[in-house]
Amino acid sequence: MEGAVALEGVTKRYGAETVVAGVSLAIPPGEFFTLLGPSGSGKTTTLSMLAGFVMADEGRVMLGGQDMTQVPPRGRGLGMVFQNYAIFPHLDVAENVAFPLTVRRAPKAEIAARVAEALEMVKLTGFERRYARQLSGGQQQRVALARAIVGHPRIVLMDEPLGALDKNLRYHMQVEIKEISRRLGTTVIYVTHDQEEALTMSDRIAIMERGRIAQMGPPRDVYEKPETAFVAAFLGEANLLPARRDGDAVAGPGGTRLLAGSGALAAPQGLLFVRPEKVAIAPAGGRTEGANSLPGQVRHASFLGNVVRYQVEVAEGATVLCDAANGAGTPLHAPGDAVRLSWRAEDSRLLAA
Amino acid sequence: MPLKISGAFLLLLPALLLLVALFIVPIGWFLSSSIAELGTWAEIWAEAEDVLLSGAVGRSLVNTGAIGLIVTLLTLVLGYPVSYALSRVRGAAFTAILLCIVLPYFTSTIVRTYAWMVLLGRNGLINQILLGLGLVDEPVNLLYNRTGVIIGMTYVLLPYMVLTLYAAMKAVDPRLMQAAEGMGATPAQVFRRVFMPLTLHGVVAGVLITFILAIGFFVTPALMGGPGEIMVAMLIEREVEITQNWPSAALMTVVLLAVTLTLYAVYSRFAEPGEALR
Amino acid sequence: MMGPVLRATLLRALVVLLCFGLLAPIVIVAIASFSGDGYLKFPPETFSTRWYARFLGDPRWRQAIANSFMIGIMASVLATLLGFLAAYAMVRASFPFKRVVAALLLTPVIVPHVITAVAIYFLSARLGLVSVRPWIAVAHSLVALPVVLVILQSALRTVDPALERAAMVFGCTRWGVFRRVVLPLALPGVVSAALFAFLTSFDELVISIFLAGFRSETLPVRIWNSLLLEVEPTIAAVSTLLIAVTTLALGIDALLRRRRLGATPAG
Repeated sequence: MEGAVALEGVTKRYGAETVVAGVSLAIPPGEFFTLLGPSGSGKTTTLSMLAGFVMADEGRVMLGGQDMTQVPPRGRGLGMVFQNYAIFPHLDVAENVAFPLTVRRAPKAEIAARVAEALEMVKLTGFERRYARQLSGGQQQRVALARAIVGHPRIVLMDEPLGALDKNLRYHMQVEIKEISRRLGTTVIYVTHDQEEALTMSDRIAIMERGRIAQMGPPRDVYEKPETAFVAAFLGEANLLPARRDGDAVAGPGGTRLLAGSGALAAPQGLLFVRPEKVAIAPAGGRTEGANSLPGQVRHASFLGNVVRYQVEVAEGATVLCDAANGAGTPLHAPGDAVRLSWRAEDSRLLAA
Repeated sequence: MPLKISGAFLLLLPALLLLVALFIVPIGWFLSSSIAELGTWAEIWAEAEDVLLSGAVGRSLVNTGAIGLIVTLLTLVLGYPVSYALSRVRGAAFTAILLCIVLPYFTSTIVRTYAWMVLLGRNGLINQILLGLGLVDEPVNLLYNRTGVIIGMTYVLLPYMVLTLYAAMKAVDPRLMQAAEGMGATPAQVFRRVFMPLTLHGVVAGVLITFILAIGFFVTPALMGGPGEIMVAMLIEREVEITQNWPSAALMTVVLLAVTLTLYAVYSRFAEPGEALR
Repeated sequence: MMGPVLRATLLRALVVLLCFGLLAPIVIVAIASFSGDGYLKFPPETFSTRWYARFLGDPRWRQAIANSFMIGIMASVLATLLGFLAAYAMVRASFPFKRVVAALLLTPVIVPHVITAVAIYFLSARLGLVSVRPWIAVAHSLVALPVVLVILQSALRTVDPALERAAMVFGCTRWGVFRRVVLPLALPGVVSAALFAFLTSFDELVISIFLAGFRSETLPVRIWNSLLLEVEPTIAAVSTLLIAVTTLALGIDALLRRRRLGATPAG
């Protein structure tokens, strides 16, 4: 199956340290798949093994259904976009983009046509004779992208390509990259530490922690239903309240009885998870929505533009973050106000500590 | 993708082969074969004592050390201000000073030696100036004696000292000195308490490398010195070229090599190897 | 006590004097070589090129020029080639004993030339390689190697390893990576290294004294042999030639350096 990518029990060790530990995943053709994690999580090493820069100690790397574990990079037919663009400074834009084709000795006419096509896709037509030092960061990134796709590879790897760009530009590039990969039907394996980027662009995300995949799935699933505290905290703000089992419910701060959604933990204690935007805030004694509710006092209120973030102190010194949409006519609570927090049971999960 | 060790080895092989075949093997072979000619260890030791402590060789060893020290000190004294200036200026001034160092540095030792032979002769420029200024009544003997050798060697070795000192001086953050001034130190104090300690390792490195080079000198003392300036390298050359006395040459080589390598080991504590070449 | 201004002026004067002292001997020799008098006089009273005529008219001197250039070019090529491979390995690979290898490759500079020369002569005499010009070139490349290594390691460090990885992903073999990426980007450094290797060989004296026979005298050796007999003015002309070669090489290197640092791209 061209364009499919699979890793089977891939492991990499450097001396005594296991950097990637038994990673397995299967990516169907055309999927936009992201490896997300903090530095040191093994995501870059995993990508390097997919590219062939690093040879796996154990396991298999399957590209397009073929075992490519021992094949050097040039035999894998991949496209790749590097972190700092890796544009050849001694070649102009056209020569850079043409590089994969030039190396494989494609006919001149074909090279010219494909280069024009690639440049048009990244909106850099007319830049053929320019050199890297004459281009902005965003433009260099587009040259790198054009170069990666010019040979119409079935699989493209991207190693934190947007890290060096400013926020606005990054957003636009994210959209462009997604567009282009969809148009070409390429399988994309994208590495980043930016969870927002991962959530925006991916069909599926694999969150890596210390060499292993902590959780894998579509963005919404991983975001709403994290399986570990690490995943919950990495993918955005998360409330993690110490809690104990109490029959088929959970005893939260101050012993308040709380209900958790599906996937509840079998162990006697852990952390009760709920996203700040799922927590509603109302004046004490006000109407509550959802099965769970906790009284508290506002410690801090931050105005973030589209959202007001409240830090509310509840029982036992625990703090709950509550993000209230800055909707029309929404009352603002001030520090010191007594409030009542509430959320639905299905928005909550009990996770291991 | 880092280079595999096997690949790296293959790339290094030709250079290492050259090194082994033309440097390590010849020196080892030369020394072992020549010294072995002398017979048993006892005989070797006796011969060594004889040769190395004897009149001619013993004197040359002393000369070599003495001249080496004097030249090293002179290059330090003369080189320090130049290095200091080089580390403080920029632009055209920098290029100008650098040129004055680099051009001699890359000019053949023998050309530089010859230049001083011309200048120091009885009718040479120096004597002309001295006579002209009335400082002396007749030409001074500046050649074929210790003075000539010292002048010549100092000139040849000055660039090495300057460049080594410069490297250390350049590395001193000017803000440290500004800070000291800001705290009320006089320029003399700033120099003594901040600059000098920070560049001391450079001074040590410079002294070591200049001395190492000085004791190996051959061309300049041979051309500009008299009988009292015979240095070890010259003797080694004579024993090989003229007397064909390989064992004797080998013994002297061992001494010179031992001193050189020991000092080099000390030097590499104070500087990155290769800095002197930059 | 002396004010800082006065001290600065004194320092400046001293440095100017010293710089003058550094350049003067070389410049004086060059000027004196055009002296029209019977012996070297400075300043010259008359100017003429007679010493150059003497120099270039003498077949033995001409042979020495030819030898020096020939050996210099051979040594330069060999040292640069070997040095490039070794430098690449040093910059890109990590292996045990790297520091030892690095120090080892620099020892030909530290060990007194006379010892190296005598040892090589010892070997060469036994192998019948005395007075063989290519062999002299090989010996010269030994002492040129450290210089080449320093220059090339510095040059290769400026080549981003990500560029090599990019080239590999897009289909290059190791040789392809060299040819298409590493070499073009390191080229100014390679030329620089080759120039300095040539200079090192061109100026080299001690090893050449031992290895050159009658036929394979290089310019420095010929100067040496002449000086042992008498200090004659023709040598000034020869010296000036050597100085000119040095100046030219340094000039080319400086030009290349400027070109490397952000001038218009090639092609």
